[in-house]
Amino acid sequence: MPKLSNLSYKNQRILIIFLFSLIPVALLVTFSYLPVFKMFQYSFTSWDGLSKKMEYIGFDNYKTIFTKPEYFAVFKVSLYYFFATFVQMGLALYFATILSFNVRMKNWFKGILFFPTLLNGVAIGFIFLFFFKPEGTLNTILDLLGLGALQQKWLLNPQLINVSLAFASVWRYMGMNFIIFLGAISSIGSEIYEASDIDGANRWHQFRHIILPSIKRILQLNLILAVSGAIGVFEIPYVMTGGSNGSGTFVIQTVDVAFKYSKLGLASAMAVVLLGIVVLVTILQRILIKEET
Amino acid sequence: MHTLKYNLAAFFKYLSLVLGALMALIPIVVVFFASLKTNAEYASTGPLTLPENWMNFANYSKAFVDGNMLLGFMNTIIIVLISIAGATFTGSMMAYILARFKFRGSKLLMGAFLLATLIPGVTTQVATFQIINALDLFNTRWAPILMYLGTDIIAVYIFMQFLDSISESLDESAMLDGASYWTIYWRIILPLLSPAIVTVIIVKGVNIYNDFYTPFLYMPKSSLQVVSTALFKFKGPYGSQWEVICAAIMIAIIPTLIAFVALQKYIYNGFAQGSVK
Repeated sequence: MPKLSNLSYKNQRILIIFLFSLIPVALLVTFSYLPVFKMFQYSFTSWDGLSKKMEYIGFDNYKTIFTKPEYFAVFKVSLYYFFATFVQMGLALYFATILSFNVRMKNWFKGILFFPTLLNGVAIGFIFLFFFKPEGTLNTILDLLGLGALQQKWLLNPQLINVSLAFASVWRYMGMNFIIFLGAISSIGSEIYEASDIDGANRWHQFRHIILPSIKRILQLNLILAVSGAIGVFEIPYVMTGGSNGSGTFVIQTVDVAFKYSKLGLASAMAVVLLGIVVLVTILQRILIKEET
Repeated sequence: MHTLKYNLAAFFKYLSLVLGALMALIPIVVVFFASLKTNAEYASTGPLTLPENWMNFANYSKAFVDGNMLLGFMNTIIIVLISIAGATFTGSMMAYILARFKFRGSKLLMGAFLLATLIPGVTTQVATFQIINALDLFNTRWAPILMYLGTDIIAVYIFMQFLDSISESLDESAMLDGASYWTIYWRIILPLLSPAIVTVIIVKGVNIYNDFYTPFLYMPKSSLQVVSTALFKFKGPYGSQWEVICAAIMIAIIPTLIAFVALQKYIYNGFAQGSVK
């Protein structure tokens, strides 16, 4: 067997660069770039996913998406989740800030607030199905607090269903934002706080002028993720409502159109529109960030 | 006056923390209560009522057997182990050549990985499905395994960050001893990367264990069910037996809880690093 060490370092280097990148690049091309390319191709066809030949129909699929309200409605559902992200980030930032300073039982609070993020998505769906049931947790708690008048059919009322689902989503992902913010805040040197203490700054000043500027980049990153996150919502509504009562999200609809109704071309066009939105928002973010610095 | 204001602030601080903690815990705790109740007890008591018998595990055994959870755990473990081992190797190899060698195309390669992170995985599922189909991998364990391997860029970043802190003079002194690049990677770099490997294992492990979308779409065959899909099957047929569903939820959560308590320190590090892409 030829030994690698018999080769010159120059040849070894070429060989190892080639060998080490072979599998990752093959996977990258197969599962990231090829699908995007194929998706564009399918989006101009009326392919059902099975038949041998694909019929090209130009922009018809795109026309369908933008003219039929039932296809465009899912974007409105995304708005609920998008706004929920701000609530989520606000809470995460608040808890991360107070837990960065001296607090009793700090590690317990950290652990409890973060734990939901680690849970199985299907389990969370069920947990909140139980939570929002007519005789479920939330209504029982309201009753206990003397707020029985506020009891609702949380998942049956079309006015409330997306708010309830977005709440479950906040519950699930708040811990993630929380731990990221906590990490970012902890990288601020303690001498900065000490100096500001001497200058007579209170907690709010410290938050406004020290913490907020230092974690600005992370905040912006989270904003980008919020957009794709809001469009990519799947598990919670799928497990809880199956997308009924006006709670269908973009991914639920794509899966239905593609795999239930075998309209692969249309589903691909929907995905292209979605990708377009995400790319647009990302570029916009980049431009805005550049202008500020 | 000053202390009064200070005490009031402290009071609200702790009040908000306690409320936050309750909000995080109550939805889970009530499921735990319900999982220990008998069917009659469940029907007659509210969700906040404590179970009469804390040792009533009948629902757990029913959920475990009826839901075929053992199979779910087996499939999950197989997929997690292979995916993580693969991701550790491919990720660290990629990071090694990108961090240590300056070669033509290294920037391009890095850029290609970066750009791929901008494409949300869910958007391309329809086309990815056709690729999996064409590769004859639909309804096999290899479909999710390959996808968990292929879409992973976070691992490369975590490894590259760590590699920057490993001095290159170590590589050079090994080269003076005549070590090949493979020996350097295998004997020096990989062992020194172990903290990063732990991080990658945790981040990937949590993601794979909790993923529902991929196994649901690519492995609908019931003999290939994982924990997520096994749990999902309780929807519908057990609609009137919430105490059994609750036990199934707890069965899916308990491994996470144990891992969390045991690995807490690493998990905090891992997520802080893994998420700042």
